[in-house]
Amino acid sequence: MADQLQPSSASPPSVVEPPSLTAPARRLGERVIELGIRIVAGVSILAILLIFAFVFREASPILLGTTPKKSATTTSEWLVPGEVDSAAIQAEQKKQAEAAAPRDPAKEEKNRQEKEKRAKEARAIVGEEYPVLTKDSAVKLSYLWHTNWQPNSEYPRYGIIPIILGSLKTTLIALLIAAPLSILAALYTAYFAPRRLREIVKPIIEILAGFPSVVVGYFCLMSVATVFHNLLGFDYRLNAIVGGVGLALAVIPIIYTITDDALRSVPGALREAALAIGATPWQAAYQVMLPAATPGIIAAVLLGIGRAFGETMIALMATGNAGTAGWSFVEPVRTFAATIGAEMGEVANGSPHYQMLFLLGVILFIFSFGINLITEFYVKRKLIKKFRGGA
Amino acid sequence: MSNGNLPAPEAAAELTAPIRHTFVESISRRLPIICTVIILAMVVIIVLNFLITGAPALSWEFLTEAPRKANTEGGILPAIIGTFFLVLLMTVAAVPVGTITAIYLTEYARQNSILARIIRFAVNTLAGVPSVVFGLFGLGFFIMTIGRGVDRVDWDRRMHVLRDALAAPTSPVAGNRIATISDVQKYLFALRNDDWSGEVKKLQSYPRGVSGPTTAELTVKYLDRTPELHWGKPGLLWAALTLALLTMPVVIVSVEEALRNVPREIRDASIALGATRWETIRKVVLPNSVTGILTGSILAVSRGAGEVAPILFTGVIYSAQSGPGSLTDQFMHLGYHLYLLATQSPDVDGTAPLQYATTIVLLGLTLLLNISAILLRSRLQRRRIVL
Repeated sequence: MADQLQPSSASPPSVVEPPSLTAPARRLGERVIELGIRIVAGVSILAILLIFAFVFREASPILLGTTPKKSATTTSEWLVPGEVDSAAIQAEQKKQAEAAAPRDPAKEEKNRQEKEKRAKEARAIVGEEYPVLTKDSAVKLSYLWHTNWQPNSEYPRYGIIPIILGSLKTTLIALLIAAPLSILAALYTAYFAPRRLREIVKPIIEILAGFPSVVVGYFCLMSVATVFHNLLGFDYRLNAIVGGVGLALAVIPIIYTITDDALRSVPGALREAALAIGATPWQAAYQVMLPAATPGIIAAVLLGIGRAFGETMIALMATGNAGTAGWSFVEPVRTFAATIGAEMGEVANGSPHYQMLFLLGVILFIFSFGINLITEFYVKRKLIKKFRGGA
Repeated sequence: MSNGNLPAPEAAAELTAPIRHTFVESISRRLPIICTVIILAMVVIIVLNFLITGAPALSWEFLTEAPRKANTEGGILPAIIGTFFLVLLMTVAAVPVGTITAIYLTEYARQNSILARIIRFAVNTLAGVPSVVFGLFGLGFFIMTIGRGVDRVDWDRRMHVLRDALAAPTSPVAGNRIATISDVQKYLFALRNDDWSGEVKKLQSYPRGVSGPTTAELTVKYLDRTPELHWGKPGLLWAALTLALLTMPVVIVSVEEALRNVPREIRDASIALGATRWETIRKVVLPNSVTGILTGSILAVSRGAGEVAPILFTGVIYSAQSGPGSLTDQFMHLGYHLYLLATQSPDVDGTAPLQYATTIVLLGLTLLLNISAILLRSRLQRRRIVL
């Protein structure tokens, strides 16, 4: 992560042609080794392709609308040749007896009423617009646009609006906290901090990056939640703000490191010029260096968003995981990643719920991929152009 | 913002005026310092918080005993062993592949090589994929596809052997004969060439009961419905490979940095003396970047030891009495253990000391690894200046 900007600023790789004076056998060995290295280097590409293919594959019944085949097994499958299936005979006899028996209008009426009552109950629980589903009914994409995420209820609902809102809220809070803190801290350490302080700050932020996310999540669950609850008197101990603070702790090192790289890759001549025409160091930093590094800072913030959006354990432990939609920031929320983390362990392989969780994974993957695409092709190009053409 | 790189000439003239000590200005001067202090304070608070509250709960018994009473008592030894083996396997997979990728990127790829650019993009993407997606991938690819595939092949072989055994002349169902399930069970039990006890047990729930009739074909068909899972379920190997993909970018970035620090003159000298490119890499470049490879490995280990999301559905288990015995065993993990104690335990408040102690062990481990990586790297950077 820290190296996101490296390729543009690093020295060019050495391109040294091997001398052709070597013996043919040696040259052959050389070729084989190079081929091997090339193949192993391709593992990263393969990994990305496989991740997309296989996460997509498990979610494909929903995305493509195909229904998985069901294997129907009846008792007659296990009959030996010549044996008679007594269960089938009994079923047939029952059917005939029912057909022969006089119809009982009262009983039929009662059955019908019972059915209607249940349908009404289901309707009352599910709501007017949403289809009444069972645990096994195939999920369509149109079912996703709903305000209730209750895949484990008797009539499951797979609305992802609360999850979208939850992810947006926690990410927004994380960003509001982390972006100013880390950008300004980077500005300070890049231009103003004494050398000694700078040498302390960088490793400490690296240590923060090295904290296991489960530890950060636990810290929020125990300490941050309690402190906020006592100081601000939230109704719920775990809510979007506590989760956002936790995510901010995970995002700060990313934004700091990349902003620091971006600031350092701004040509020093810009700053010297600003100082020479009479700007104070602070004016030079705020009005010259910071704007010059904007593309890099945008990249930093984007990657921070990606991290906050996809972080699992912190969101799982500190957001409260309630699947209701609402705009309040002090209510428990649930995010994409936390939903997968919390529910994947308990679903049956191949069930609609299982496919649904993989679909959430597809969304997460596409989101992070999109962010990387933007930083790679838009931001970096702009950064390079800026320094080659502009300054 | 895009046009505001440089102050306009008029603005520059203004800048020479004495500094106005406005409110905004004084804030904008102090804010960066305050921000830096806040970040440092947060790190210090987290570490101190866990050190002070957790240290008293740490004991020798805690580190060397297995958990008791649904994880509410006892120690975390199986979790320590599980984490160790997980990270060990992960390192064995990630470090060589990561190092070779870095070698390709720095030593072989031309500057404008398309392949190298795609690989770089893939590595950056891999670094940005949310860790829980790696978990889904591990489940969908390693377990459901590779593992189940291996199991299927193995099971088909076994069913083939079973078919042959049931067709043997001594078998009660040989040659389309009909026998009861219990006869088949007795026959299979007596067979010495393979262990069929699992199948004998499975036949117990045959749809028509143990006294029901069956043929060789039906017996095989029935058993074939529920293949035994060996690789096709969560286990240590799959969790380690999933983690290896996650930590590979860490290794690649570190090793690349180290390789770039080897001065180009050394390479040129080696080539000039008649060494081939691979000989130069093996005898000159790699020995000079051992520290960097080590740093990358340590960072990867630290990252891998702390990640919980990728192993949630690829191998971790609620509780175990010992460490994993084989590659297909499920295992306990420090981070997952902490998550369980803090959120899923029947007695969350009662296990608070255990939670803090577990956090200390996990945090201590990752801190130690990270600090050693930082020290190693600073040594590396200092040496570069000397060269």
